[in-house]
Amino acid sequence: MENLVQTALANVNFSAIMPSLILICFGMALLLIGVFSRRGRTTHIAWISIIGLVITAVYTYVDWMDAESHFGFAGHVAQDNFAVFFNIIFLVAAVLTILMSDDYLKREGYPINEYYALILFTTAGAMWMASGTDLMTIFLGLEVLSISLYVLAGLFRGDVRSNEAGLKYFLLGAFSTGFLLYGVALLYGVAGTTNIADIGMYLSAHKAALGNPMTIAGMVLLSTGFLFKIGVVPFHMWTPDVYQGAPTPITAFMSAGPKAAAIAAFLRILLLGLGDLQAEWSMMLWVLAVLTMTVGNFVAISQTNLKRMLAYSSISHAGYALVGIVAANEIGISGVMFYMLAYTFMNIGAFAVLVLAGKKGEENLTLDGFAGFGYKRPFLGVAMCIFLFSLMGLPPTAGFAGKFYVFAGAIKAGYIWLAIIGVLNSAVSLYYYLRVMVYMYFREPLEDYSWVKLHAGAVISIVLALLGVLYLGVLPDGVMEMAKLAFF
Amino acid sequence: MSEHLLSLMTFLPLVGMVILLFIPRDNEPLLKSFTLIVTLVTFFVSLPLAFNDAFRTSSEMQYTEFASWINIGGFFQMNYNVGIDGISLWLVLLTTFIMPIAVLSTWKAVPKGVKGFMALLLLLETAMLGAFISLDLFLFYIFWELMLIPMYFLIGIWGGKNRIYAAVKFFIYTAVGSLLMLVAIIYVYYYAIQSGLSMDGFSIAQFYMMEIPAGLQLWLFLAFAFSFAIKVPMFPLHTWLPDAHTEAPTAGSVILAAILLKMGTYGFVRFAIPLFPEALQTCMPYLATLCVVGIIYGSLVAMVQSDVKKLVAYSSVAHLGFVMLGVFALNLQGMAGGLIQMINHGISTGALFLIVGFIYERRHTREISEFGGLAKRMPILTTIFMIITFSSIGLPGTNGFVGEFLAIMGAFESGLRWYAVVATLGVILAAVYMLWMFQRVMFGELTNPKNAELKDLSAREIVIMIPLLIFVFWIGIFPNTFFDKMNPSLENLIDQVKGKQQVAMVQHVDAPEHLEFK
Repeated sequence: MENLVQTALANVNFSAIMPSLILICFGMALLLIGVFSRRGRTTHIAWISIIGLVITAVYTYVDWMDAESHFGFAGHVAQDNFAVFFNIIFLVAAVLTILMSDDYLKREGYPINEYYALILFTTAGAMWMASGTDLMTIFLGLEVLSISLYVLAGLFRGDVRSNEAGLKYFLLGAFSTGFLLYGVALLYGVAGTTNIADIGMYLSAHKAALGNPMTIAGMVLLSTGFLFKIGVVPFHMWTPDVYQGAPTPITAFMSAGPKAAAIAAFLRILLLGLGDLQAEWSMMLWVLAVLTMTVGNFVAISQTNLKRMLAYSSISHAGYALVGIVAANEIGISGVMFYMLAYTFMNIGAFAVLVLAGKKGEENLTLDGFAGFGYKRPFLGVAMCIFLFSLMGLPPTAGFAGKFYVFAGAIKAGYIWLAIIGVLNSAVSLYYYLRVMVYMYFREPLEDYSWVKLHAGAVISIVLALLGVLYLGVLPDGVMEMAKLAFF
Repeated sequence: MSEHLLSLMTFLPLVGMVILLFIPRDNEPLLKSFTLIVTLVTFFVSLPLAFNDAFRTSSEMQYTEFASWINIGGFFQMNYNVGIDGISLWLVLLTTFIMPIAVLSTWKAVPKGVKGFMALLLLLETAMLGAFISLDLFLFYIFWELMLIPMYFLIGIWGGKNRIYAAVKFFIYTAVGSLLMLVAIIYVYYYAIQSGLSMDGFSIAQFYMMEIPAGLQLWLFLAFAFSFAIKVPMFPLHTWLPDAHTEAPTAGSVILAAILLKMGTYGFVRFAIPLFPEALQTCMPYLATLCVVGIIYGSLVAMVQSDVKKLVAYSSVAHLGFVMLGVFALNLQGMAGGLIQMINHGISTGALFLIVGFIYERRHTREISEFGGLAKRMPILTTIFMIITFSSIGLPGTNGFVGEFLAIMGAFESGLRWYAVVATLGVILAAVYMLWMFQRVMFGELTNPKNAELKDLSAREIVIMIPLLIFVFWIGIFPNTFFDKMNPSLENLIDQVKGKQQVAMVQHVDAPEHLEFK
């Protein structure tokens, strides 16, 4: 018995989950501090959570310089370059989100302490998804992430839309997790293991298993679970409502962090576990990528609420990311990773502008509410333009660099038509992104936007996002080299 | 100094823009004069290019600069790789020459947001110069796309009634074309690597050495040509142009007509034609047909316009048809004619838009029927307008004659004889719509009382027009100043393209038709 415990402990190796451990500790400490804080006082909690994230970021950076993969928990977790790269994305998303949250929550009348702890837990869950090398670890991470997000989406108890968002996300999320688990069970039935690398080895050793309907069904069901989280058509139905109903910073966070986490886990499973089924899944994802880009873009055109428009645009961006996964070559995959980081900066930046531009009760987020906004609020206007140009994929911004690598990957792998459909979709997206600028600059202001206050936190968030967008756009090589090293 | 001349010239406006952002927005005179000084300095910096005799003898790129920019080992390398030869030389100078004129023309015409207007003009200048000097396809693409942003805002914010529609249409048309070109650029890059070339970034010098089978060339050429043809614009992709031109503020129209449209024709000469010579041969009849249709159609539509600015806009479609016909002729007369006609069009159509702007500032209308008999009130304007009209028609002694004559002659001597014959009709039509418009606006009785009090051109307006008039006659009478420097580069280009076409006729290129590695 004692022997068993010892071997188990020897296998643990906490350094493999150190970043998420730091976050969990901070999260729990925040819950305690919250209890002892006066009601409605949340600013110090926000800053402590940022300290926690920064410490984690420093640790992650050291981890990267170390360049050594840490394995732990008997091969359930690996802190390899791939995980570290995605950890950076989650940390960026969390920091940018928290920075813009404090004043927003006070304005909306929900200064809730637990908010920050929940974001830290979500981030930790995302990290487990990226570093999980076993289907069970990934599932665990997914649940930690999702449950925190369900709460965050429904945070505004008195708001019908927010309640709707929370409940919808919860019900559909739980449903999709069921699919995922069923897929895990089927794959376990085939390979006799839930370890991703072992599944991969089993499948390449037993070619007969590849034709087994159970394997294919397992792959499809497993994919369904992830595709739901990524928001891929036809599993996207929840996104617009949830994105619109959730508090704006949470929408920003959801569109970047958890989406990247699902892509990370999905990539690891597809490339390491189901690499021998590439012909099958790349065909499936080809179709879904085209559907996702097209539906997302065309529906976004008819939106008049900016939050909802960005929700649909985020669907189409998931489609661009899928293009890189379909390519499945070094540049395509590194491109996807780069793209997720770029998307984190540009999309959260755009949402941060919305956070500042809105009135209490999330009003004034329609296109009409932005008439002449650029003249009255020049800084926010210019920032929004840069984020929108980046979302369009125009040089010299991060969005252009990201799309360039993803499409280059597809072209290199011979998916010319996919790349052409992709760029034509970008052309469609120009219309609705440009329309925001049309309202901001080409129309006369109807209001003086006196309620728009440049809160320090949100402004820092916007400035950081701007720096990220421009840095990744002008000098993408450093980060791209990192993404390349992260490719396994 | 001279080894960084091109960079200095290109980024000077950008630096100026950054400094401009720190000038208070209320100080309009300072904002205007600062922008004017920046564009003038840029012009003087670029002036030594015109006096460099190396262009007379050498077809090599001059003033080359090279720096590694983005380098992702094993994936991509993109370099800052610039230089000019006889083909881009005059376009670069045209850009630096037109910009101060455009700035000076906005002295009174911009009612609001002077700071933003000037900042966008400077950004636009950097983007345009960058595109003309790029020797790296990727770098070219960056500048090419960057041009869209300032122009979009210039039309959208300071344009006329229909400005939003025009701005969005302009943006989307151009972007759709360039996105397809991006796919082709990436494809060509991988194809070059596959065929064993050691690519130094997206350097066009190395792309020139590629041998691509005819079937593949056709697709790649179509992607490039589509993008450039939208920008030129060639019939039937021209519909954004009348809207954009009519709605844009005067300075925007001038820059759009004088320089931005040349991006498309320049793109053909620099990229689409030398990279895919065989595909050009295959497409030649169709492209030439489109040119001729553009000439005739543009002229006929121009004739029935009631708005002077729209008339000038449609005349651009016709003029650019001549340019493209000359370029597609692929002989020295044709290409030199096409190239000089690009400059001519920049000068004369730019001047026409300026004149329309002068009239519009006085009367706030551009309807031809509102005018008549202006000659009595505005003798100076009438004289200048007359000269520019002749130049636009192509009267001997003015610049337009040299360009159109050579372009048509080149087409006549190549396989495009019958196209040239039909295109000549366009010259007659040009005389019809220009002179008819001129007559209705300037001559006759002064019937409309609103025109009775019009003031003639101010000193500033005359100063704007004089440099343009000088070049109308200079190019018209001593065109060799310009031809001498572009001929070596053009000859080299023609040899290269013709050589490749002949090789392809004799032997089939033995290379795979598509990318083969994953």
